[in-house]
Amino acid sequence: MLKKRIIPCLDIQDGRTVKGVNFLDIRDAGDPIELAQRYVKEGADELVFLDITATVEKRKTLVELVTKIAKEINIPFTVGGGISSVDDVAALVQAGADKVSINSAAVKNPDLISAIAKRFGSQCLVVAIDTKFEDNDWWVYTHGGRNKTDLKTVAWAQEIERLGGGEILLTSMNSDGTKDGFSLDITKKVSEAISLPVIASGGAGSEKHFKEVFEQTKATGGLAASIFHFNEIPIPVLKDYLSRNNISVRK
Amino acid sequence: MIAIVKYNAGNVKSVQNAITRLGYESIITDDPEELMNADKVIFPGVGEASTAMQYLKERNLDQLIPQLKNPVLGICLGMQLLCAHSEEGDTNCLGIFDNKVKRFPATDIVPQMGWNNFTALNSPIFNGLKVEDDVYFVHSFYADINENTIAQSEYILPFSAALQKDNFYATQFHPEKSASVGNTILKNFLEL
Repeated sequence: MLKKRIIPCLDIQDGRTVKGVNFLDIRDAGDPIELAQRYVKEGADELVFLDITATVEKRKTLVELVTKIAKEINIPFTVGGGISSVDDVAALVQAGADKVSINSAAVKNPDLISAIAKRFGSQCLVVAIDTKFEDNDWWVYTHGGRNKTDLKTVAWAQEIERLGGGEILLTSMNSDGTKDGFSLDITKKVSEAISLPVIASGGAGSEKHFKEVFEQTKATGGLAASIFHFNEIPIPVLKDYLSRNNISVRK
Repeated sequence: MIAIVKYNAGNVKSVQNAITRLGYESIITDDPEELMNADKVIFPGVGEASTAMQYLKERNLDQLIPQLKNPVLGICLGMQLLCAHSEEGDTNCLGIFDNKVKRFPATDIVPQMGWNNFTALNSPIFNGLKVEDDVYFVHSFYADINENTIAQSEYILPFSAALQKDNFYATQFHPEKSASVGNTILKNFLEL
């Protein structure tokens, strides 16, 4: 039986892991490779590395980091942050990334989705959607949640599927950082509207939140950052809990 | 020396990294001599079947690979290309295994992406594994089950998780991305 995936996300700045902005400040949380190795040992199913450096001159640092990660890590990993061209993807895939994640660039230029899918295969392409509920609908935001677009979330997810995206990483801005649970409503809508795998993100604060999202939506993965970094929910404890609640996970 | 078939597949580097971690030397090559003389050959694959077959034909690898006498391990698309035919791009493949490769019916999410277990561990490459061990799959097409099937898995329907015939071994899943279980399988193959 296919297992639900538990996916820690590591925010990377200048080659180091940083803790989320919802805490006191952005502070060094250590060597990403050490943290990644800890997650592999604990039973993480995949990893996501999100580069928040965002300056072109530092992009080279990311490729070097990805090369090191690929040498050390024997589970699939996705790299995202500032990817805006097929050449960006080529550099990361050649360095050993299994998948790349694009967000703002896909909204600005949807053809980029088809171009990446054609060259590297859909399985290589995660399209991240940052979504926010306001004025009675879920809207797509870009640039780390700073810019609102006129795209509605479900329609955009369907367009991503049509263009050849392989997977959707859906982050609810309403839930992100709250630790009150995933936004089940939009996760359910998106995961039922398309036949691509959907990773739910934003709001996980307890084991129960993962159970809810897997029981009440068709999401096949759950992503979180700080609760794993600081061991608030150790991955083995989470997987044990899900398993006891009849949700199939890898042990 | 382990030879990894050089072609336009996304996971060539990942396979080499995994082999390096296990302490083996490897080369990525499409040179016939190097492939024929290697202790083991790994035929990886991520991508689309007809494009990959075209690439192999342009380099005469479609002639060479079926003639290899050393142990060969096909991975993912590499496994599907060792089968007779793939529905992906209506492609005639290398025909080592007479299995047919078909697209999963769209009754659930396609591709299958993630960790799944497999049964009927009927091969030395699975020594030391347990039935509940999970491995990592990413695929929209699957090989049907027949006498070449040495491991079976289920997603939407039962399919071949691994095949073997003579010196040819193949896995639909990615041992290079399957944590310690994948390491065991790769190590078993490298020690054949």
